[in-house]
Amino acid sequence: MSLETYISEFSKYIIAAVMILYVINCYTAFLYKNEEKSKGVYARQSVLLFAFHFSSFMVICFETHEVSYLIFYAFQQIALYVAVMLFKSFYPRANRLVINNMCMLLSISFVILTRLEYSKAIKQFAIASGSLVVGLFIPFFIKNLKILKKLKWLYAGVGVTMIGVVMILGQTTYGSKISYTIAGLSFQPAEFVKILFVFFIASALYESTTFIDVLTSGVIAALHVVIQVANKDLGSALIFFIVYICVLFVATRNPIYLILGMASGAGAAFVAFKAFSHVKVRVLAWQDPWSVIDSAGYQITQSLFGITSGGYFGLGLYKGAPNSIPFVEDDFIFSALSEEFGIIFSVCLILICLNCFIAFVKIALKLTDRFYKLSAFGFAVTYIFQVFLTIGGGSKFIPLTGVTLPLVSYGGTSVLTTVLMFTIIEGMYMIREESSEYVDEKARRKMDKNNNRRVAGPTNYDKNGRYNNARYRKTANNYDREYYYNNQNYDDIEYYDQNDYYDNNYRSENGYDDDLEFLHGFTSPIDINLVNELSREDEEYLDNDIDFSKEILYSEEEYEKDQRK
Amino acid sequence: MKKIKENNPKKSNIPILIIMWFFILLFGGMIYYIVDYSINNKQELIGNSYNGRAKILAAQNLRGTIYSKDGDVLVSSSLNQDGKEVRHYEYGPMFSHVIGYATNGRMGIEDQANYYLINSNAPVSTKAKMDAQGLKYPGDSVYSTLDLNLQKAAYDAMGLYKGAIVVSEPSTGKILALVSKPDFDPAEVMYKWNDLINDSKSSVLLNRVTQGKYPPGSTFKIITALEYIKEHPDDYYKYHYNCTGSITRGEDTIRCYHGMVHGSLDFKKAFAKSCNSAFADIGLSVNRNEFGYTLNTLLFNNVLPTSLQTSSSKLIVTDSTLDTDMIQIVIGQGLSNITPLQLNMITSAIANDGILMQPYVIDRVENSAGTVIKQFKPEEYGRLMEENEAQIMRDLMVNVVNEGTATKLKGTSYYSGGKTGSAEFGVSKSGESHAWFTAFAGSENDEDELPDICLTIIIEEAGSGGDYAVPIAKRIFDAYYQNK
Repeated sequence: MSLETYISEFSKYIIAAVMILYVINCYTAFLYKNEEKSKGVYARQSVLLFAFHFSSFMVICFETHEVSYLIFYAFQQIALYVAVMLFKSFYPRANRLVINNMCMLLSISFVILTRLEYSKAIKQFAIASGSLVVGLFIPFFIKNLKILKKLKWLYAGVGVTMIGVVMILGQTTYGSKISYTIAGLSFQPAEFVKILFVFFIASALYESTTFIDVLTSGVIAALHVVIQVANKDLGSALIFFIVYICVLFVATRNPIYLILGMASGAGAAFVAFKAFSHVKVRVLAWQDPWSVIDSAGYQITQSLFGITSGGYFGLGLYKGAPNSIPFVEDDFIFSALSEEFGIIFSVCLILICLNCFIAFVKIALKLTDRFYKLSAFGFAVTYIFQVFLTIGGGSKFIPLTGVTLPLVSYGGTSVLTTVLMFTIIEGMYMIREESSEYVDEKARRKMDKNNNRRVAGPTNYDKNGRYNNARYRKTANNYDREYYYNNQNYDDIEYYDQNDYYDNNYRSENGYDDDLEFLHGFTSPIDINLVNELSREDEEYLDNDIDFSKEILYSEEEYEKDQRK
Repeated sequence: MKKIKENNPKKSNIPILIIMWFFILLFGGMIYYIVDYSINNKQELIGNSYNGRAKILAAQNLRGTIYSKDGDVLVSSSLNQDGKEVRHYEYGPMFSHVIGYATNGRMGIEDQANYYLINSNAPVSTKAKMDAQGLKYPGDSVYSTLDLNLQKAAYDAMGLYKGAIVVSEPSTGKILALVSKPDFDPAEVMYKWNDLINDSKSSVLLNRVTQGKYPPGSTFKIITALEYIKEHPDDYYKYHYNCTGSITRGEDTIRCYHGMVHGSLDFKKAFAKSCNSAFADIGLSVNRNEFGYTLNTLLFNNVLPTSLQTSSSKLIVTDSTLDTDMIQIVIGQGLSNITPLQLNMITSAIANDGILMQPYVIDRVENSAGTVIKQFKPEEYGRLMEENEAQIMRDLMVNVVNEGTATKLKGTSYYSGGKTGSAEFGVSKSGESHAWFTAFAGSENDEDELPDICLTIIIEEAGSGGDYAVPIAKRIFDAYYQNK
């Protein structure tokens, strides 16, 4: 039928365009400071996600003449829709960018796995659905389990035991010991231990970072790395190492640890290269895979054949030969995607992964609780470094380590772990939201009491009783600040009450305005830390266009009344 | 709250930002690498025998047609009754080496353009039609730079001799004809494969133009003369030599071809008569370091700048090169070897005012609807000699036709210049030699114009270049100007 020819030919361009638009929306979401304005972005993302998913399965059905794929598609569509909807209603203040990206990556996974091996796609779908159900409750637990930060030794003990058991009992899969089977289900503990590991470092370093703290956490981290090297799972070993170094650097703010860590890592890598033949083989196969094309270089060269064969728009689904790449569903899913969807699509995929990372980092930046901050950052690095290892390894950018592309590659433990990571970060995002709301209310009252003049003068509350700093910021810009601070008797002083200063100070201190503002160097007349806690709410009202000409003056009583309503 | 008070959030965010930007930059680098790698290595990788994708494309598309520069079909494919693809080489062995084959490995244009031939950029409507009829998509067509008439003339003129002929366009680098004998029929490669690869005596599969290495003989005097002109730009013509038929330096004696005594010679005449004694004398006088440098400029010890598969020649001359070696090298009888293509490239540069254009055989790729998919443009390699040096060399070479060893080309409707060679080979001095001729020709009516065409001929074991190679050149030049 000639209709199929047209569909498979044009769908390539449609899918590439959809992906480009999706990525553009991913990054424009960062431009908006408040969730209200980002709603349009999220809605567009959902439509584009649907467009990608639908058109891909259309092509699959036309190419295979299998109607059963349509049913499978319907199930996926329902699962993803329900996931998005439930998250929205369970957690109205969740970060929807992260949820959307998670669903996009999963739908890419379903599409490419259906094309590569249907039975694996079904398994993947089942595991992903289960993970999403579990993930739905994770933010709730994260928010309410205050004990999480106290379980340092539990994380370390369970983590080391889990991967240690693999070392002793595990099955050898293609040269590396990575899994064992429980009740018929193959389980890769190293994947799951990544979560425990991040919680361990965060709980070990959030309170204090004395030399002893660093040393003990370092020994435990090294133990993780060494066990994984012994299991010949170089990918996880590297991830543990890099995550530890990065979190340590953030916790201590001491670049010496970063330099020392990198130096010891380089030394260890050199020793590993000399001592272990399996490390050496991989490095040599990276340097020149073509000379060992029928042995150590076979995987990587087959992967390169896949990546290069697609061109900009890909060969189209079922038009390439991605199954000629060994372990394509696990380690080389990126090559399969490049081959049939093209390089433009692949670059978009990388940009989506990077977008998740940046979103995580932004959450970490705004968290004030150090345990959550370090954990969120640790998960961000775990995620992006794994993406780097698998895509870089499959494209010969770096030596091959054989890790999965989170959410996209086939692998039950990997999908579950990644969904957990994403939802844990969601939970932390909401902690930040709520704690700041709470502090905000307290800060307001305290300031009201400390500062009667503000209530008498132009108020900081708009007519709905909402706290508003924009007025102050605007006027402040028109005056010479130093003049004001040196001449407290200046006539217009009431416009410059201390809140103005706090507002500006707060904004820069908390990393708003993309953390580029710097402090002016003068000290605060009242407790600066109180103001540090000011909420994002301010931000939202700052960005809303409030008509200041209709400003209503409130008395303290009126304000209280409004609040009670 | 206590912890927060101890930590300024702004400051604690700096390490996070550093690491975030580190990863963003790392990913930027990786994206650049992947795009660059995948776009630039696409063709090379699909040609790799470990890559199964070529087979998929071959099963999906009917291998494309190869045309001459004027649109004559040289090779085409069709489906036989069993639905199997059959490749038709319309001119049998005539284009054997330049077009090559695509069974039992690949060679020639069939290899170079394989990527285009197995791909199909046919319009979607055509593809839909083919799908409806259950046929293969038409593969993209390749238009070569080859001129059917010139190829025919060269092929016929060579007769039963072994050897090689290459005809090129100096202003673009286009190869118009390429003959290598002994030849084979590409359609029969499949059946005669074992005979072909076991034939070490005449090495049929060797493309003698690009990979045959021959002693350059007297054609090397082009290089010696160029070096002398470089060192004596203002008074080279004042050179004088009295030939007695031989020259002796120490224990080595160089004799002129067939013991000829040339008598009193100036530079121009020494070149025209190809006097070995005079050139041994000239060669011994040049600065050997400079000479070594000139050799490198003329592509010795280099990979030839062309997409064709070539052999490179090695010849190193320095101050420490002995007289005994030098005296042989400068008349082309030493240990030096050269491929006909390299000599043709040097001749082309002389014909093109010193600029070498990279030789190529594929002009463009078109889809089944005639839309150009890829156009290959002439590419300049660079300057091999100064413009005035090229001019002097052309004068010297025209004089070879007028009063030297190539007078068989005199009296034509076009002007021509060249250099003959009779390269003795093996250890014997039996007088057996390969006949060389490398030459250019241009229209008589515009002598200011640069030459139009350039050729290089070697006939193995024939005799002197003037007697055997020059008449072949005349037939090819005649064919070119008859049709022009």
